[in-house]
Amino acid sequence: MIKDITIGQYFPGNSFVHELDARIKILISFLFIITLFFIDSFVPYLFVLGFILLVVKVSDVPIKFIVKGLKPLMYIIVFTFFINVFLTPGTVLFQFGFLKVTEEGLYQAIFMALRLVFLVAGTSILTLTTSPISLTDGIEKLLSPFRKIGVPAHELAMMMTIALRFIPTLLEETDKIMKAQMARGADFESGNIINRGKALVPLLVPLFINAFRRAEELAIAMEARCYRGGDNRTRLNELKIDKKDIVTLVLVIGFFGIIIAMRYI
Amino acid sequence: MENMISINNLDFSYNEEDKGVKVIDNLNISVKKGEFLVILGHNGSGKSTLAKLINGLLTPTSGDILVENMNTKNPEEIWNIREKAGMVFQNPDNQLVATIVEEDVAFGPENLGVPSEEIRKRVDKALELVEMSKYKKHAPHLLSGGQKQRIAIAGILAMEPDCIIFDEPTAMLDPTGRNEVMKTIETLNKKEEKTIVLITHFMDEAVKADRVIVMEKGRIVLEGTPREVFSQVDTIKSLGLDVPQVTELAHELIKEGYDIRPDILTIEELVDAI
Ligand SMILES: Nc1ncnc2c1ncn2[C@@H]1O[C@H](COP(=O)(O)OP(=O)(O)OP(=O)(O)O)[C@@H](O)[C@H]1O
Ligand SMILES: [Mg+2]
Repeated sequence: MIKDITIGQYFPGNSFVHELDARIKILISFLFIITLFFIDSFVPYLFVLGFILLVVKVSDVPIKFIVKGLKPLMYIIVFTFFINVFLTPGTVLFQFGFLKVTEEGLYQAIFMALRLVFLVAGTSILTLTTSPISLTDGIEKLLSPFRKIGVPAHELAMMMTIALRFIPTLLEETDKIMKAQMARGADFESGNIINRGKALVPLLVPLFINAFRRAEELAIAMEARCYRGGDNRTRLNELKIDKKDIVTLVLVIGFFGIIIAMRYI
Repeated sequence: MENMISINNLDFSYNEEDKGVKVIDNLNISVKKGEFLVILGHNGSGKSTLAKLINGLLTPTSGDILVENMNTKNPEEIWNIREKAGMVFQNPDNQLVATIVEEDVAFGPENLGVPSEEIRKRVDKALELVEMSKYKKHAPHLLSGGQKQRIAIAGILAMEPDCIIFDEPTAMLDPTGRNEVMKTIETLNKKEEKTIVLITHFMDEAVKADRVIVMEKGRIVLEGTPREVFSQVDTIKSLGLDVPQVTELAHELIKEGYDIRPDILTIEELVDAI
């Protein structure tokens, strides 16, 4: 059950989008998010939708993977939708008791919900088409100019790699401990919040102890494999920016520029 | 023949102030190039400590360890020592770093600063040797224990060591996984001429060695070929260890008055003797 949570899932492939340099993809995703926050009407959303559909088509990632990525965030999206519907003041459309639905509220709610959907869909294309290693390598390279001001670029990237590597292991372990405790009569699924919290203690304690033991063993194993920080490290697959990366970046920036410009016309 | 590892008058205690509790007590061992050495010993006899000392993860309290004539006390040689004497640990989960098999195997050579094309060659060759080429794009957490451990071995092989130290590599595996890993270790010793130091609790694995050392309280208590060591059934039992099942059976038969050799190690030998 708990294993169904997928984080940073990667859909291997050889499409144009897959082959783009990770740094370019991270930059584009970043610009995409900024662009989304500049949009204040529905017409530019059509452009964004078109952009997303185009990228998905080119990347060969089945659309159902994007939809799957949206599911865990459905609650948040629905929640923001209702907050906006009920709490925005304006012309009342209809009223249930003390809850008023306003015209502005409805507009705002749909608008925000769409923004969230686009945000998640757009960024999940990044993780779906970029292997975790290229992703962390890309982040490391993009952050490395900031090393001078004390940003530990390599260490952050290494932490992310290890986190991605161990999340499935830790989830599996949680599952195992939970089943073992349930076999001994522990109940994680009923009772009030305090009782449920109490039931978690015998789950969390062994989980944390194991995690610390793992961390120590991993550190020793890494040292035995000559790990000594990021200096002078080479990579199996070095990131490489070539002409198609630059052209793509320029085209995308132009397109986002048009979308942002629509706000001011 | 030249020594791969020389351990001279080695003492070690974890606690600097309290030198009384020696985990390693005046130990002298030399391991020849190409040798397959097994180290046995009761829990807490100092086997893992010894392995970490050889790899330079710990430094001797007194005495010296030379790996291909490089002293583990010399900080300038420590990385060369770790490159030449790789180490595989017990829990395969806790030594894999990356989310994709081939990326993990590449971790060692990447740390050594090997150029990309050369890393690619080494990774492919290492995966070939442990018969895991098919899985190079897989996520390690979806593999079986034996497969994970072979990936860990490939990760060490990619650093191109002359010697590999295994600290109970099969302790957490099921019988299938154990066989896979033992087969790999034997191939590395026989075909690739790697020097092997294998720490284990399984007597059947010790039978395959050129030499067996039994440790107790940081000292050597028995040493010799598997045949010499396991023929001393009573001494081994008094140290809280077992002998291989076949040897045990032969020993019982001798006690019952049968006339057979005391140094039987395999089922075939026992069949012949009877
Ligand atoms: N990090 C440490 N700090 C202090 N003492 C330690 C440490 N690691 C091990 N010891 C102690 O050193 C002794 C030898 O431990 P070691 O792990 O080398 O034994 P071992 O032969 O590998 O045992 P096992 O068969 O259980 O793996 C034990 O008494 C142990 O308690
Ligand atoms: Mg040990």
